[in-house]
Amino acid sequence: MTDTIIHLLAVIIVPPLLMGVIVKTKAAFAGRAGAPCFQLYYDLFKLMRKGTVFSETTTWVFRAGPVVTLAAVLVASLLVPLGRHAAPISFSGDLVFFVYLLGLARFFTAIAALDTGSSFEGMGAAREVTFSCFAEPALFFAFITLARLSNSLTLSRILTHVTPDVWLAAGASMLLLVGAIFIILLAENCRIPFDDPNTHLELTMIHEVMVLDHSGPAFAMILYGAAVKLFVLGALFVNIAFPFSTGNSILDWGIFIAAMLGLAVAIGVVESVMARIRIVRIPQLLVGATILSAFAMLLMLR
Amino acid sequence: MNTFADQLLVLVMLINLVMLGTSRLLFSIRAVAVQGVILGLLPGLVHPFSLHLAAIMTVVIIVKGIVIPYFIGDAVHKARIRREVEPFIGYVPTLVLGAVFTALSFAFAEKLPLAPEHEELLFVPASMATLLTGFLILTTRRKAISQVIGYLVMENGIFVFGLLLTEAMPAMVEAGVLLDLLVGIFVMGIVINHISREFSSIDTSRLRALKEE
Amino acid sequence: MIAALILIPLFGAFVAFCIPDNRWRPVVLPVVASIHLGITAMLLLSPPPPSPGGWIWLDPLGRIVLLCVTLIFALCAFYAVGYLDCRQERSNRILCMGVLACLAAMGLVTVTQHLGLLWVALETTTVFMAPLIYFNRNARSIEATWKYLLICSVGIGLALLGLLFLAYSTYVAHRDATLLLGALIATARDLNPAWLHAAAIFMLVGYGTKMGLAPLHTWKPDAYGEAPGLVGALLAGGLVSCAFLAILRVYQVCLASGFEIHFFRKALLGLGFLSIAFAAVFMAKQADFKRMLAYSSVEHVGILAIALGLGKGALYGALFHLLNNALAKGVLFLSSGNIHRMYNSKTTDVVKGVLSRLPWSGGLFLAGFIAVTGSPPFSPFISEYTIISSAFIDGRYWIGGFFLLFLALIFIGMAMTVLPMIMGAPPEEIESTGYHDRLLTVGPPLVMLCVIFWLGIRPPAFLVAMLLDGAVLLGGMP
Repeated sequence: MTDTIIHLLAVIIVPPLLMGVIVKTKAAFAGRAGAPCFQLYYDLFKLMRKGTVFSETTTWVFRAGPVVTLAAVLVASLLVPLGRHAAPISFSGDLVFFVYLLGLARFFTAIAALDTGSSFEGMGAAREVTFSCFAEPALFFAFITLARLSNSLTLSRILTHVTPDVWLAAGASMLLLVGAIFIILLAENCRIPFDDPNTHLELTMIHEVMVLDHSGPAFAMILYGAAVKLFVLGALFVNIAFPFSTGNSILDWGIFIAAMLGLAVAIGVVESVMARIRIVRIPQLLVGATILSAFAMLLMLR
Repeated sequence: MNTFADQLLVLVMLINLVMLGTSRLLFSIRAVAVQGVILGLLPGLVHPFSLHLAAIMTVVIIVKGIVIPYFIGDAVHKARIRREVEPFIGYVPTLVLGAVFTALSFAFAEKLPLAPEHEELLFVPASMATLLTGFLILTTRRKAISQVIGYLVMENGIFVFGLLLTEAMPAMVEAGVLLDLLVGIFVMGIVINHISREFSSIDTSRLRALKEE
Repeated sequence: MIAALILIPLFGAFVAFCIPDNRWRPVVLPVVASIHLGITAMLLLSPPPPSPGGWIWLDPLGRIVLLCVTLIFALCAFYAVGYLDCRQERSNRILCMGVLACLAAMGLVTVTQHLGLLWVALETTTVFMAPLIYFNRNARSIEATWKYLLICSVGIGLALLGLLFLAYSTYVAHRDATLLLGALIATARDLNPAWLHAAAIFMLVGYGTKMGLAPLHTWKPDAYGEAPGLVGALLAGGLVSCAFLAILRVYQVCLASGFEIHFFRKALLGLGFLSIAFAAVFMAKQADFKRMLAYSSVEHVGILAIALGLGKGALYGALFHLLNNALAKGVLFLSSGNIHRMYNSKTTDVVKGVLSRLPWSGGLFLAGFIAVTGSPPFSPFISEYTIISSAFIDGRYWIGGFFLLFLALIFIGMAMTVLPMIMGAPPEEIESTGYHDRLLTVGPPLVMLCVIFWLGIRPPAFLVAMLLDGAVLLGGMP
């Protein structure tokens, strides 16, 4: 029961902090002081207090977009085990449900963008959907590999099954999986090298261009939803890449939060040292990730 | 120890895919050099140490890791060409084909009965996958240099299989094989130089004067 | 003695490198060739016993190929002196060195019993032949060189993989990998079938590429077409024989295994028929007479493969045909080199009426054509007749029938190119190139023609005995 409460608290409180750490790391690399780590919390409160403007050409779809997106990723966050503790919700086959929840979130972001009728937003939606087409198989291959490893179809089981012993026995394919999931993590959350969250040129935007028309609380929901998505996929990554467990429940939570912050720093480092790749090369990198996880599966099946 | 050899073989296969995906010529030359060095390290992991083995490892690392990449790099430098690979078919399809070939080589390796002490190792699929990757590079790339790299990758694939037999092959034959490879690449480098002088390009799709009418 | 067979050409290559004068350098070739011929004669008359480790032994098959190589090389060497005299505008240092290095490697191919060493020697010939094809230094010849180098290197790389498979099959069978022919044949029955099968396929494809079996022959028309006639003769007579020897070695192992040979024979028959079919199609209406010769070479390696595939009595024919093909190709390539010099063109719309402008070379080319298509009284007729009659004796009527049909098609196709070229009226407005027939450029092909004529009328007893010995090694009737 305590674990479930901590789980809920972590999902609700931690995500904006990750964003802040990423920004702080990038600022440190650039030699700036940077915004405080809690900047996103302030932004969210500010946006919540503002009013909302809806374009007259939009319909209910546009208003439903942010709500459904946030709801979907929040439900998805309940499926992922955090810090070696089983998730609050888990049933056989929930890994498919998990992927489809992310798909639902993406679908509503895209359709809300299309609903505005703006050509830029349509372009962004098209790109987002195309790239996620390439990213999804990679995620599925990774899940199949893990499911095969643990002989189970529940996310809680397959993710907590990974232990240092598994790493020693199947190091190569685990390494491939980690590489693939890290690429998916960056791509799904629109981080560099796939998409630059700070870009100001609509033509090169992917995710940001889709949310241009949202304002006020709706926009806050979108920002918060993006942070939760990063948290969810990050938790997935940490479960596989950092499978240490002390046995002490509270200590495990501490390790988990530390690992998540470490991951945020790592993402910040990647964003600082890499340039955004050309849009035509993005599918290539994602296909690469798919091949990595397919290869991991091949090694596992052998 | 053998699982470590397996990790290195996985790395060899990953380098194959990297080579299929990259667009930079110099990067793929470096990748093939790294692959050569890994191939040089592998014999030490699967066979007990002996003087013969140490000599082979040293020679392989020098030839495949240093000298041959140097020859190819030199040819790139002399031909003064654009540093892009220029494939006939796109990077993504070749990458996917490479992955399919890798999967096929795993399937093929299942068919062949290995000696019991090699059963768990990845040598046969790695060798086949590398061989097929070499073929793929050879056939889908426009530039003569890329074709030489493809040939080299193919030879690396054959070499991976040969590692199972390092002790059985007489040193003289091993040396002969490496020397032939070295001289072959050297001659190819010279021919590439002549091609670039004759055609002002090393795009092999321009070599089409000779055919049946 | 055997070491001299390899070291003397290497030493000759070194001497050729040291001689600065372009005019005198080619003289090294006939000198080395004569010594080589002499050594070969002595080796053939009194074959030495196998070396202690079993690595070096001149067995009957090796002897036959060595005879081909040394004969064709000796005559080409004399021809080279005359030919290079007309080509003084280019440095012939690389050509002389390359040819001699190839001779050394080909010698090694014939004497070694270790399949790995055989592979190394064969790959060496591939590499050293490449600069020779580029002798003319133009865009077309560099293209031919590139294709030759790449396709043959890749092909022979596959053969290496096959070789490793073979070694591994011995390792699986009895924990002791070996590539010595004697040991392989002795233990062939225990070899692992799956590995042996894979080995046979890869080696057939690999060495088949080197030999020019269809559909892996694509480098052949280009390389033969652009190389000087002299190099073409060495490729078609020397290298093809060496590659064929490599296939014979695989054949020996498969035969000894008792199970693999059935597949191997079928594969050889298939590739052989594909080769002569390709040759028949592309030979008709061929406008470039050197490319036509290349397709003729594809045809003849096809015939060799079919003869091997038939087995039994055809094996004697195959070995005999190897020698005949080398010499007949020598006649054609050397005389075609002369014609090419005279007309400065190798397309048949320019080259016409050779007989009236170059009576000797034209006559030799015509006679060579008659010989190579298997017409009496030359020896290719005898060997082809042996192969066909063996097919019919075995009751394989379809094979024999199709074989005859393709040979007839090839005869017609080749005649349609050769006869107008040799017979017709010479074109009026052609510039003079200053070439004229002389002893050194006409003598060597004439000698080759005389040899195949002699072999066709009355093959000497020692040769017949040697061929029979070879056929026995391949499982033919004693």
